[in-house]
Order: sequence, then C-alpha cells, then structure tokens
Amino acid sequence: MITIPYLTALSTYFSYGLLFAFGQMRDFFRNIVDWWSNSTLQGYAPICLGLEDFYIRRLYLRIQDCFNRPISSPPDAWFDVVERVSNDNNKTLKRTTKVHRCLNLGSYNYLGFAASDEYCTPRVIESLKKFSPSTCSTRVDGGTTTLHAELEECVANFVGKPAAIVFGMGYATNSAILPVLLGKGGLIISDSLNHNSIVNGARGSGATVRVFQHNTPYHLEKVLREQIAEGQPRTHRPWKKIMVVVEGIYSMEGELCKLPEIVFICKKYKAYVYLDEAHSIGAIGKTGRGVCELLGVDTADVDIMMGTFTKSFGSCGGYIAGSKELIQYLKYTCPAHLYATSISPPAAQQIISAVKVILGEDGSSRGAQKLARIRENGNFFRSELQKMGFEVLGDNDSPVMPVMLYNPAKIPAFSRECLKRNVAVVTVAFPATPLLLARARICISAAHSREDLIKALEVISNVGDMVGIKYFPAEPKKQQLEGDRVKLE
Amino acid sequence: MDTLLAAFENMVKSASDWMRLTLDAPSTRAVVFGVPIGGHLFLEGLLFVVILFLLSQKSYKPPKRPLTKKEIDELCDEWVPESLIPSIADEMNYEPPVLESAAGPHTMINGKDVVNFTSANYLGLLGNEKLLDSCTKSLEKYGVGSCGPRGFYGTIDVHLDCEAKIAKFLGTSDSILYSYGLSTMFSIIPAFCKKGDIVVVDEGVHWGIQNGLHLSRSTIVYFKHNDMESLQSTLEKITQDNKRAKKLRRYIIVEAVYQNSGQIAPLDEIIKLKEKYRYRVILDESNSFGVLGSSGRGLTEHCNVPIEKVDIITAAMGHALATEGGFCTGSARVIDHQRLSSSGYVFSASLPPYLASAAITAIDILEENPDLITTLKKNIAFIHKGLLDVQNLQILSDPQSPVVFLGLKKSTGSLKGDLQVLEDIADRVLKEHSIFVSTSKRSTLDKCKLPVGIRLSVSAAHTESDLMKACESFKNVTAEKFSAQ
Repeated sequence: MITIPYLTALSTYFSYGLLFAFGQMRDFFRNIVDWWSNSTLQGYAPICLGLEDFYIRRLYLRIQDCFNRPISSPPDAWFDVVERVSNDNNKTLKRTTKVHRCLNLGSYNYLGFAASDEYCTPRVIESLKKFSPSTCSTRVDGGTTTLHAELEECVANFVGKPAAIVFGMGYATNSAILPVLLGKGGLIISDSLNHNSIVNGARGSGATVRVFQHNTPYHLEKVLREQIAEGQPRTHRPWKKIMVVVEGIYSMEGELCKLPEIVFICKKYKAYVYLDEAHSIGAIGKTGRGVCELLGVDTADVDIMMGTFTKSFGSCGGYIAGSKELIQYLKYTCPAHLYATSISPPAAQQIISAVKVILGEDGSSRGAQKLARIRENGNFFRSELQKMGFEVLGDNDSPVMPVMLYNPAKIPAFSRECLKRNVAVVTVAFPATPLLLARARICISAAHSREDLIKALEVISNVGDMVGIKYFPAEPKKQQLEGDRVKLE
Repeated sequence: MDTLLAAFENMVKSASDWMRLTLDAPSTRAVVFGVPIGGHLFLEGLLFVVILFLLSQKSYKPPKRPLTKKEIDELCDEWVPESLIPSIADEMNYEPPVLESAAGPHTMINGKDVVNFTSANYLGLLGNEKLLDSCTKSLEKYGVGSCGPRGFYGTIDVHLDCEAKIAKFLGTSDSILYSYGLSTMFSIIPAFCKKGDIVVVDEGVHWGIQNGLHLSRSTIVYFKHNDMESLQSTLEKITQDNKRAKKLRRYIIVEAVYQNSGQIAPLDEIIKLKEKYRYRVILDESNSFGVLGSSGRGLTEHCNVPIEKVDIITAAMGHALATEGGFCTGSARVIDHQRLSSSGYVFSASLPPYLASAAITAIDILEENPDLITTLKKNIAFIHKGLLDVQNLQILSDPQSPVVFLGLKKSTGSLKGDLQVLEDIADRVLKEHSIFVSTSKRSTLDKCKLPVGIRLSVSAAHTESDLMKACESFKNVTAEKFSAQ
C-alpha cells in the first residue's frame, strides 16, 4: 500500500488543478475560433465529443516526447534511441537521423534474450528458411507444423502441467480464453489491479465480474463468501462456476502475488484459479519456472496457468497450460485457435531454444548464470535505491521496480533529464496508474553488468536530487562505507 | 307515576348541577397565557394526545435478519460448481494434420507431398528469396522479439518505416501497425464505437468483429449477408426511428471479401448509401489487400472508389502479405486517436521487427511484380471452371474472390450433419488424392449463421496441373460418395 505524504498530495492536486484550468481555458478559446471556421464533416458526429479526449489534448500532448520513443537497435542492455524534434510545440514529432546510445532500463528483457543470441539465433534463421516467416493459415486448417507441436510439449514440460496450447499474441490469449470458459451465470473475481487484457476478456465473456482489493486474501475470502451466499444478481440462483484471476507479478507495482493463501482460499470455496504469469515466467524461481516455484505452490493446484513469451524469452506469443482435457476442449472451441493465424515459426523456434538454454539443455550453464544474475541485479538495485532515499515499490526477487514520482511535472523532468545523461527510463502516469500515483518503472535484465547498474544508480541519484523525489531520508554514508569494508574482508 | 317523574327529574337536575359544579371548579378554570380555559378543553386535549400517539407509531415491518456466519458457511459447503469444461465428446479429439515443411503451395504431410489449399498465401510469397533475405537480416540485427509495448521503447524504426510504406502504397495519410491479425478488429471497434452509438453490420462477419462489437456496448443492427436492399431498408428504419441519431456516431462495418463465405461487398453502393445517410464505413480488407484491383490496392481500386471515402480500412497481414500482424489506415485524425485509445495497441507488445521488415519487402515485391495478381486471377478463373460440375457441391463465393467456398447443394438438415459430410470429403481428398483443403470451423462463441462449406485458398504460386489435379479429385470423390445415394 502506498501512503502519500500530505504535502505531496496537496501539491499534486494543485498541479493537476492548474493544468485542468489552463486546459479548459484553451478549449474555450478554441471553441470560439472553431465557431468562425467551418468543419468539413457536416452531418457527422465527431469522433470524440466534448471532454472525452480532454486529457489527451491538454495534458498528455505536453509530455508526448517521453513516450513512444523509437529505437534503432535491438532492445538489449544498451541501445540507440532515435532523437525526435517538434516544430509545433509537441503536437507532432518527427524522427531525425541522430541517435543516442543509452542504457536500457525500460524494456522487458529479463533474461537478456532480446538481441541476437549465440545459441538461439542460428537455429531461428534455420527454421525461418525451412518454414517461412508465417504459415498464413489458422492452427486447425493447416498452420500446425512440427515446430508448433514441439513447442507445446516444451512449454508444458517447462511449466509443469500435462499439456499446453500456444497462441500468437499474449493479449489475445486472455481475451479469447475467458469467454470460452465462463459465460452468463458464471462469476469472475479479479484483482483490482489486473491487466487490461484480463479486464477485456472478463467483459467479453458475459459473466458477472467482481473485484477484490489488490493482493488481499482476507478480502477475497469475504467477497467469495458474500457472492456464494447471495447467488446470481436478481435471480439469486447459485453460480455456475467461479473463477479467481490473479497475476504472478503485477507490472505496475512490482509485487508478487500472495499465491499460497489465495490458492488455499480457492480450494476451500471450490473456486477455479487462473494465474497470469506474463512477467514472472522465466524470470523468478530457482530454475525460472515462475511464481509457483518461488512460493512453493504445487502446479496441480492452479487450474489454468497462462503466460506470455514476450518478456523473458525474447519472442512473441502467449500460452495456456492445464490438464489434457482442458487443452483438448480449448483446441476445439477457442476462437484464437480457430480463426487466428498460428504463431510465426521462427518465433516458436526462439522460444524452444530459449527454454533449452534456461534449463541447461544446450550444454552450457548460461541459463543458470542468467537466472542468478537477474536475481542479484534486481536485489542489488532495489536495495541501493532504497538506501538513497527513493520510494521503491515491490518485493524482493522481483525484477520490476517502480520509483514513485507523484507530481505531474516531475514525470517529464525525470524522463528528459535521464535521457540527457544517456539513461532511458519509462515513466507511467494516468490512466495506467491512479491519478496521484505517477511513477517511473525500472526493469532490470540479466544482460546488465554491475558497471551498468552503478552508472544507472549515479544518474538516477543526480536526477532524483534535481527533481526532488527522494521522499525518504537517505541512509547516512558512514554505514555504507562500513558495509563495503566488511565485504572486502 | 308523578313521583317517578319527579324523582327522575331531580336526579337529572342533581347530576347536571354536580357536573356544572365540577366543571366550574377552580381546578378546571385555569388561566394559561391570559386565556381562560374551560373544563371541556381538558377532554379535547386528552383526545389530541391519544391521536398524536397513534400517528407516531411506526408501521409494522418484519425485522431484517442478515445471514449469520454459520448460515453462510452452510451455503458455501452446499454449493457445487459445474466442472470447468463439459465432458469431451468424440469430435473434440480432432487433430489437424501436422505440416513438416513450409506452408507453401506444396507441403509435406506424413512424408507425402500434398498440394496445399489451406494457406491464404494468395500471392505465393511464402518461400520467396527476397522475403527470406530481409527477414534474416532483420533477425541478425534485432533479434526476434521487441520486448515492450509501443509506448515504452517497443517502437523500432522498422515499425515506423512499415507504417509509412503502407500509407504510401494505399494513398492515405497514415497507418498504424498491430501485432496480431485477430486483435486488429477487436481493438479498433471499441476505440471508436462507444456506448450508445449505432453500428450496422453484416451478419456474416468473422469472430474478431463480433467480439469487438460485444466489447463496444453500442447498439448493433445486423443486415442480411451482402444484401444491399436489406442494408438500405435498415438504414432507413434507423434514421426514421431515431431522431436523435444525428448526434450519435454511426458506423457501417463490412468485410471486403468475407472469410465465412467468399462474397465480395459492393463498395460503390455502400459508399452511395453512406453518403446519403451520413455513416462512417469501417472496411476489413484482410482477404482483398494485394488481391483485388489492378495493382493490388484492394477493394477501393477494384470498385473505382477514391480511398478517402472509406473512413477506416483495416487488414490482417497474415494473408497476401505472408507475414503476421495487422494494420489500420485512414485519415490522420483516425490513426492518432487509436495510438492512445486502442487497447490492443497500447497494452500489448509490438510486432516482432522481422515480421515488419517482411511486410515492407512483401509490398516492394508486389509493387515491382504486378503480374502476380494477373496470375492469381487466372488461377481463380480456372478453378471456378473446373469445379462447376461437381456432384452435390456448388460454389458459393464470388467468381473473383481468392477464397473459393464450396457448399452442399442438398443440405442434410443440420449443421453437424453438413459438417460431417464435408469433413469426410476433405479427408478423402487428402488421403486418396493428396489435396489439402479445409472445412469451415465454427467456435461455440461464433454467432454467424452462414452455411458451412469447404474452403480453398487459391494462390498465384499454384500451377495449372495443381489446379487440374484438385478439380479431378473433387469430381472423383464426390462421384464416389454421392453415387451410392
């Protein structure tokens, strides 16, 4: 739980109020000017009426250059950010040919598979020559190659479930699976901070959706008891099925889910558990098998395990792992399997090779090294940031660490100053986070070396002082020196 | 008698005297606030108090009794959920054939070489040397994945180049790339159609569009598949019924070549109707981009409609362009709006860079070799002629569509029965004659009511002997199967 200091909350509200007032004033004058000139769309209602895109026009456009930054190299530990210029006060941005070489603290490259890899890339190019970049048809029609069958077996083994099914996009996996499993008369209880794909899937299914407080098993139990006792809304018939949807690591908070307690409660009340491991598969756990391994939960207790390959495996696509009957049923009914083009064969080969590296089946110990490095890097970075006085969210062992900014003016300041010093960070504001809780999100990768991290810490500390986001008192330097001396001995 | 009367009179007189005495007694003669009060007011005051007391009584309500903890425990114990999935029926165990080589016009299944009509590789670009070259270069430079959504360092310069190329090729001001063909439509529709808007849509659209409409919560009106009169009467009815319609956003959604039936939408008539009734048109050109029109620019070129008249054009690139993903193109306002409000764009990782460079190369090849399109048209005409006299199967698709859809002339009466007959034919054609075709599959979530059939995707890379072989095999198998009846 984040508790804002009162003064910060006041100043943040004041800033937003000022921005809102200015925006309204400019809208007012714009309306007068528009009343003079005619619009070309007579008789058509405008795409956005009134205040629908107020936030975009008046607030977001001012800091547009902090988002959508194009890069011209692979998203590895160091990459090239393309410079953009604007001639009309940030309304449109044009690419230039200049690039900055920056340290990458924003891409989801947890195990360092983002750039071309010595084991994976030759195999990927081979499979490209054999199977072409796409199969141009759906899985049921003629898009299943031997690679797809191998991939599904590989994923099922890795995750620890009897069978798996793979799709070409992680977002579409959630949106297409939830409607198949639950319909009208079912209940979905999802965490309040779940990802947009889960929200869309839940809405598309037609089931009733209830929300429980983020990561609070006690509240989940309360909601479950209430809902089972009451039954369906208005008719009070008993629910057909109840499914609880949680994520392994919440990407905006960096927190791990309290999985053992949640699974215990779900078993007690006979609800099904759906675990979305988009950020945690491959990145945490001793052998990279995700949050179940880290927290000691038996995979047989989680009914449906979902994940994506974009983050730790450096590829694209999503999977669902479960019992053989479940996967057979999904292959028969899931729209993403029946209507969408199958996953691109080179991407499938990348996943298979990445899994082999992680498990050490390629003959080297690179996989174990990567896993150890990301854990070390993550914990080191987090503890150093906390020592400097930043407000860092998230649990230990999680490679995602958000640093709180709060004030709307600090968002572009932090982002631009870091870019000037050749560190690329990601800043997130409303609507992805609540209005007052803007933050900068840092993603650590196994490809970062210790020097990279120390440089990043220096830059962030300098910029943090300049911008004023060290909300906690820093630990005095004397203790740090003593700590170092102890380490040397 | 007199004495009785006298005694009665005395009694009454004494009673009234006594009453007068009590009523005139000093206690009843109070002076309150300067107003002398007589004794009768005492009685009236009492009555008044009684009335007030009765009015102030609450009406009888049964007391609320919330469930006790023990009762909730009992209910929770009693409740039995349905199983997660229904029991597996036989037909659910269907396993599609596994390909052992690329899904080109010829592919290997179970060690045998078969002619492949299932992949939507209309221009035959799968296996093209230039395409593979550019993909290899891209893989060596960028790796496979893009590791981030477009807003957070997932925008690679290849994406921006691809968007510019598509916009230039089609002649629009801007375009936007999506990372998956299916998610293109179901992200675009909720970004534009909000609650309360009116959407008129063909009843034969594919699942992506149906899901997008369901998520958008707008008012949806279906019109008969590819029937312009039905469209006109629907538009007329809506405009008449709904005087407020002028302030709402109104959309017509059609596909250029329908995935479920192979029909081609008459775009010029739709544009006339759209301009008359002031609707915006969203056109899905997945199966027509790179196929229709003399240079492959799609349905707008085919029907001679200027591209600015269609508001939003989307397409999945997993068909003629032989890569994956999707794009949307239109005016700058439309595209800019999607960059912040389209959920499949903002909240999902971007397209892998090698697929974007494959798209750029594919469009380059298309621009340099327009004869691919003439070859494709020739092949389609050939196979139409060849399949004209097949027993019990008729061609339901348009003669110019690259998706050739064969339906049963005499239906068995139920969807399942039809599907079984068609699957049997497809199976035999594969096993006995090595021709790989597919039957249309319907998910339980699909609301489309069009008839099922066998679908063949014709490619420019098919040779005449391939097509002849396909026609022969269909004639043989259907003659065998239906001659017994």
